[in-house]
Amino acid sequence: MISIEIVIGRLPGLSRQELERWISNHWVRPDDQDGDYFFHEIDVARVRLIQELRDDFEVNEEAVPVILSLIDQLYLQRRRMRDLCIGLHRTAPEDVRRTLVRHLTQGRI
Amino acid sequence: MDDPYKTLGVSREASQDDIRKAYRTLAKHYHPDLNPGHAGAEERFKAIASANALLSDPIKRGQFDRGEIDAASQQRPGPFYRDFAEGEAGQRYSSSAPADEWSPIHFNDIFDTIFNVDRGGGARDPIHGHSGVLPLTISFLDAVNGATRRLTLPDGRVLDVKIPSGSVEGQGLRLRGQNGKGGPDRAAVDVLIEIHVTPHRYFVRDGLNLRLQVPVTLAEAVLGATVEVPTPGGPVRMTVPPGSENGTELRLRGRGVPGVADRPAGDLYASLRVVLGTPDTALETFLRSWKPEHPLDPRRMMEADS
Repeated sequence: MISIEIVIGRLPGLSRQELERWISNHWVRPDDQDGDYFFHEIDVARVRLIQELRDDFEVNEEAVPVILSLIDQLYLQRRRMRDLCIGLHRTAPEDVRRTLVRHLTQGRI
Repeated sequence: MDDPYKTLGVSREASQDDIRKAYRTLAKHYHPDLNPGHAGAEERFKAIASANALLSDPIKRGQFDRGEIDAASQQRPGPFYRDFAEGEAGQRYSSSAPADEWSPIHFNDIFDTIFNVDRGGGARDPIHGHSGVLPLTISFLDAVNGATRRLTLPDGRVLDVKIPSGSVEGQGLRLRGQNGKGGPDRAAVDVLIEIHVTPHRYFVRDGLNLRLQVPVTLAEAVLGATVEVPTPGGPVRMTVPPGSENGTELRLRGRGVPGVADRPAGDLYASLRVVLGTPDTALETFLRSWKPEHPLDPRRMMEADS
């Protein structure tokens, strides 16, 4: 568990006020224990991503939730796709997997 | 490390502004979190960020130009967002129902719903033989007990939807091949419904079990009592044993989500909340003169820990 002070210390150029605003916007969702925030590593990486979107990509704060929503949908589908591929690999017989590859590549090679 | 000017694609005479622009253009293309399927993006982005860290600082850039320092890698610290979002940890920011990325609907339509497409490909909409997702908001008790709800499709047709007991927030229901009543040109449609459940004033769902707090008086907690407790199937009488502590959880077996064919009913967990009510002179007088049979220090354990 990572406290808000450590997050601010790790990310130069980030103020506590900004981070608290991002939390109240639900862009970042650390655990909230009686008003104390506790961050997981994924939360810190997300804060850094928002910071880069704003500072390096010049995304204004109104557009940040649009991008975050698209990113969340992208990663949800990637996790599902990964689960599906692992599931196929573990459960589908070799010939089914070959047939699938043939179907997916039909007309494209 | 490569020449940072080449990495950013700028000349050695480039202005600081040119360098910043070049960095931003390249970073937008190669940021790993925005290119999760791009294997080389991370290495490329790190090189770009490292070149920018060197050249965006006029002092370091001068030292590098004069050959006083080399282009030692200036690593962007820490892992990328995608390193977490690709794995289980990413469920924390799921755009689906949390912790339920393969929701129950997937058992029937697992391949269809990854991209919300129907078999045979192509997204359909509910008007022209196509299926889309229609939201349907139901009450907490309808979700628990099951219900039939009337739903109006975007094209004006009306469907009676049977909601199974034990439905949960975000659950999908697929109604296959709903035949249009609007004429022969209307193709059979699949309607996909996403259920939203409004919270209840005092029941809380926990899978098939329900929880609620039951307020009891001091006398009921100390002396024991039979109290009436609401359940999804109507009120039942519950025995509060004598000497019940505040917060005691009592289980009412089978009074949670009703059972169906091969699914047993859930339980209702009632936790007691002792309510003192308005100040009572007789009670205060009694407590002042009360000599407990077994004197109690409820905070003894806290002191031992500190």
